[in-house]
Amino acid sequence: MTVQVLLPGVLAALTGGAKHLDVEPRGETLADLLDALETEHPLLGRRIRDETGKVRRFVNVYVDGDDVRFQGGLATPVRDGAEVHVLPSVAGGC
Amino acid sequence: MTDLLAIGTRKGLWLARSDDDRRSWTVDGPHLLAQEVAAVGVDTRRRAPRLLAGIQYGHWGPTVMWSDDLGASWQETDRGAIRFPEDTGAALARVWQLRPDTAERPDVVWAGCEPHSLWRSTDGGCTFDLMRGLHDHPHRPTWEPGGGGGAVHTVLPDPASDRVTVAMSTGGVYVSEDGGQQWEPRNRGITVTFGPDPLPEYGQCVHKVAVDAGGPDRLYAQNHFGVFRSDDAGGTWTSIADGLPADFGFPIVSSPHAPGTVWVIPLVADMQRVPPDGRLRVQRSRDAGGSWTELGEGLPDGNWSAVMRDAFCADDHERTGLYFGTRDGCVYASADEGDTFTLVADHLPDVLTVRAARLP
Repeated sequence: MTVQVLLPGVLAALTGGAKHLDVEPRGETLADLLDALETEHPLLGRRIRDETGKVRRFVNVYVDGDDVRFQGGLATPVRDGAEVHVLPSVAGGC
Repeated sequence: MTDLLAIGTRKGLWLARSDDDRRSWTVDGPHLLAQEVAAVGVDTRRRAPRLLAGIQYGHWGPTVMWSDDLGASWQETDRGAIRFPEDTGAALARVWQLRPDTAERPDVVWAGCEPHSLWRSTDGGCTFDLMRGLHDHPHRPTWEPGGGGGAVHTVLPDPASDRVTVAMSTGGVYVSEDGGQQWEPRNRGITVTFGPDPLPEYGQCVHKVAVDAGGPDRLYAQNHFGVFRSDDAGGTWTSIADGLPADFGFPIVSSPHAPGTVWVIPLVADMQRVPPDGRLRVQRSRDAGGSWTELGEGLPDGNWSAVMRDAFCADDHERTGLYFGTRDGCVYASADEGDTFTLVADHLPDVLTVRAARLP
């Protein structure tokens, strides 16, 4: 299956400028998708998750528009043709 | 000959250069804009000097980056230079210290990190290995985070032996005599004010440690209240705070050449982290803390900022240069061991770290 990953511009430098990536995960969860993404783009994968595999605190991931923090987290199902948005949270500070 | 001063701030790195023996400086930057740079190292052992930066993207996590062209371009390791092994269940939170080792150990670079951990690189800082001896120390679960986080913030490899000294907030001073395999606490005499036992075996909030030029057994420590000296490699510590206007502060810097010469920048107290009376001043001792002289020519009154633990350093000129940056983004330099200071930069973000080096 193929999943479309949509990235913010600030991360596109890590993918050769691409903001849309077609990724083919080996399984059907968000963890599988992020594993596949990290294999292809290690720097990008590390921006999204820390070395324990956890999505970083100030990174938001949406599967078909739903924030995975309120879904199944890394176990959130990802269907063929899904859209997965990766976005920085509103965290900022000075 | 160029003098380089690397200035790490909350929002990027600036590089100051002097080509006239430190009389004037030009500042360029920001490099690594919008990234917190809490640790910098200038590795002059290489053919091309390597800048190392411990950075933290606001959203995207911490890592180590390096530049072999003085900041024109930066590299990082794909999978991350510092990664906690899977069995630890830990994740890197911040790089607090990057310390190139001696010329005899040319590719060795040490890193002190949050959570409390010590790392060693043998490839110039591209990848680091967790020093398991410290990580597995039975005390580690009881080391508490200070206000800034729980970290190894000071790493002092002895150039002439396998001794490595680290300092932690909190945790205190730990020393290994075998290159980092086995560790013991060496805090006897360093006091705490935040626990019922004023002299615990460990757990002190030691803010910074420096090694005297006269030999590796003499150490100085700026503590969370208290300035101390050890003459036996940390085995015992005695107060050298008499004569200072306050014994709180963060950095402590020793001369690279003159035994007994050491500098501190006092703040009033932990609840008043400002210079006494708003006068930003450096205190210098020429007798290993026996007495102190206030140095202030070129430094401001009416200053209510502070100098962080890694934001004060010395160069290795015969007449030592001193450099420090403040939380209000000012950087001061002295080419005469603190007798006079000049402003190198102002209006930068909070200065977290400075490092000086002479470039060929």
